[in-house]
Amino acid sequence: MTTTVPQASLSGTGARVAPAPAGRRRGKGPDWRKRLEIALLTGPAILVFLAFVILPVLMAAYYGFFKWKGFGPPKNFVGLDNYKIILQDSAFHDALLHNGFIVVLSLLIQGPIAVVVALLLNQKMAGRGLIRVLIFVPYVVSEVIVGTGWSLMLQTTGAVNAVLAKVGLPGADWLSDPKVALWSLIMIITWKYIGFAVILFLAGLQSIPEELFEAAAIDGATYWQTQRRITLPLLGPTLRIWAFLSIIGALQLFDLVYIIWGQYVASTAGTSTMATYMVSNGRNAGNYGFGNAVAVVLFLISLVIALVYQRFVLRRDTEGALTERKK
Amino acid sequence: MTATSMAPVPLATPLAPEVPRRRSARIGRAGPTTYLIALVLIAVCIGPVVYIILGGFRTNAQITADPAGFPGPWEIGNYIEVLKSSIFWRQVGNSVICASFTAIGVVVLGVMASYVLARYEFAGRGAMYSLFAAGLMFPITVAITPLYIMIRGLGLTNSLAGVILPQIAFGLPTTIIILVPFLRAIPKELEEAAAMDGASRLGFFFRMVVQLSIPGVVTTGILAFIASWNSYLLPLFILNNESSYTLPLGVQSFASQYSVDTARVLAFTSLSMIPAVVFFLIFQRRIVGGLTGAVKG
Repeated sequence: MTTTVPQASLSGTGARVAPAPAGRRRGKGPDWRKRLEIALLTGPAILVFLAFVILPVLMAAYYGFFKWKGFGPPKNFVGLDNYKIILQDSAFHDALLHNGFIVVLSLLIQGPIAVVVALLLNQKMAGRGLIRVLIFVPYVVSEVIVGTGWSLMLQTTGAVNAVLAKVGLPGADWLSDPKVALWSLIMIITWKYIGFAVILFLAGLQSIPEELFEAAAIDGATYWQTQRRITLPLLGPTLRIWAFLSIIGALQLFDLVYIIWGQYVASTAGTSTMATYMVSNGRNAGNYGFGNAVAVVLFLISLVIALVYQRFVLRRDTEGALTERKK
Repeated sequence: MTATSMAPVPLATPLAPEVPRRRSARIGRAGPTTYLIALVLIAVCIGPVVYIILGGFRTNAQITADPAGFPGPWEIGNYIEVLKSSIFWRQVGNSVICASFTAIGVVVLGVMASYVLARYEFAGRGAMYSLFAAGLMFPITVAITPLYIMIRGLGLTNSLAGVILPQIAFGLPTTIIILVPFLRAIPKELEEAAAMDGASRLGFFFRMVVQLSIPGVVTTGILAFIASWNSYLLPLFILNNESSYTLPLGVQSFASQYSVDTARVLAFTSLSMIPAVVFFLIFQRRIVGGLTGAVKG
């Protein structure tokens, strides 16, 4: 390290005189050294990421072409048969429909409520910090606990029906009535994830420069005018990122459904998702080839939606996120 | 980034107090309606959690008689019994090991990679960032079936390492996305000063960056810890042996094993959520701050 001292300090001063070509900022140091540093620092992360995230997805694509019970190398090549079965299976259609329903309702219910709540909590009020923390608690509690707790509360003899009876309202069979179950799931999802949206929106609100609000106040804008004309448009990027995360999460929903309804009841109660379909028809049934094919379908659906969303909605936000330079 | 761009506007500060407070439109003062709505909201958010905790202090007879009532008399036997059972503590241990190693792994690998992505100029940097960012699109659900086959091939089923390694990999995208803007905000002047003092780039990394990035690191570490503590799908596939269960699997098997003993299930459930909630309460400022950085980035 000591030997590089003069070089490093030289290039340091050099950079200040001529900052033009980006790649040559620290210029003089030998190129291989920089490459070595990059390889050394990013290598482990890239290795782990490729091995445990990218490789499994590729493996799924391969195994999906086989009828395979999961032992020994897969030999029984069946081409696209697994995919034909999936696409013709009405159980998969149901699951896909449920996922779509959850995606749309998550956006329509959580989005507006969270925006209003974030605007309200962004005011001066006593105990604001405490309120924020308490709203975020459901998000921090694990899916298993949420699932266990709610399935106890939503039983026909559970707490929810008891409370409703006290108020004089009729109860319902929240978990097994197919007409109600999916709405119960939506309710639980809203309860669990809305805190995340609120916190995200609050963070977004705080990054809006104070000067804008002061200018609006000087021009005599009312509170709601300011929110509509300044806050909401500037909250746009945050809203779009949240919607993206929400869509992807809803497409891959597994834990809550599997914990509350189990693998068999989910389909009869009308709450099955693509992921629970994948697990119960893949691993639990011992059909690993088929399970991998479902994973590929789930992957492709998520990928297409993600790409379309990024292309048409997120584009203006991410543009220049990395290339932007300090002036 | 914001800090530096706001610095050269000295005029704004002396002017700001001149604007009468009550007209400041960003911070409207909360009226009684706001407080009412906030109270309802808190009740809805906290109610079920409180129900679980209080339910553990009741007897099954009480729960059957009035499912939505308060404990009366308070019964601490359920909690004591859970706290005395060795299964519970073994699962706590497994969860602690999984979550700690996941958090450490994610943070160490994440800081190193983010440093390069934030402060080195090289061909392929954008591609590398996109590669990690793409990971956000694919939660573990998509990869779980082949991942299980792979972990089994490595002989890591029923071992905590089989859970930790994939969790590190899946934690990297969030970590990198939060840390890159954070590390980029470290002023260039600091790096140049360090270089003048003879520090190499790696030396700068170890002496300065690691220390300056501690707030961001804590945020991402806590997020990774909580995610691991709560994770269900991966342990469900990898850990089939009851002695290797983490708490979420434990809660579920306990709930089905003692399905008639509702009170005890509630006690077990509330004890298992304590660490994640406590961690969050301690570090909530940093977590919210980290999210702010990610949104701005």
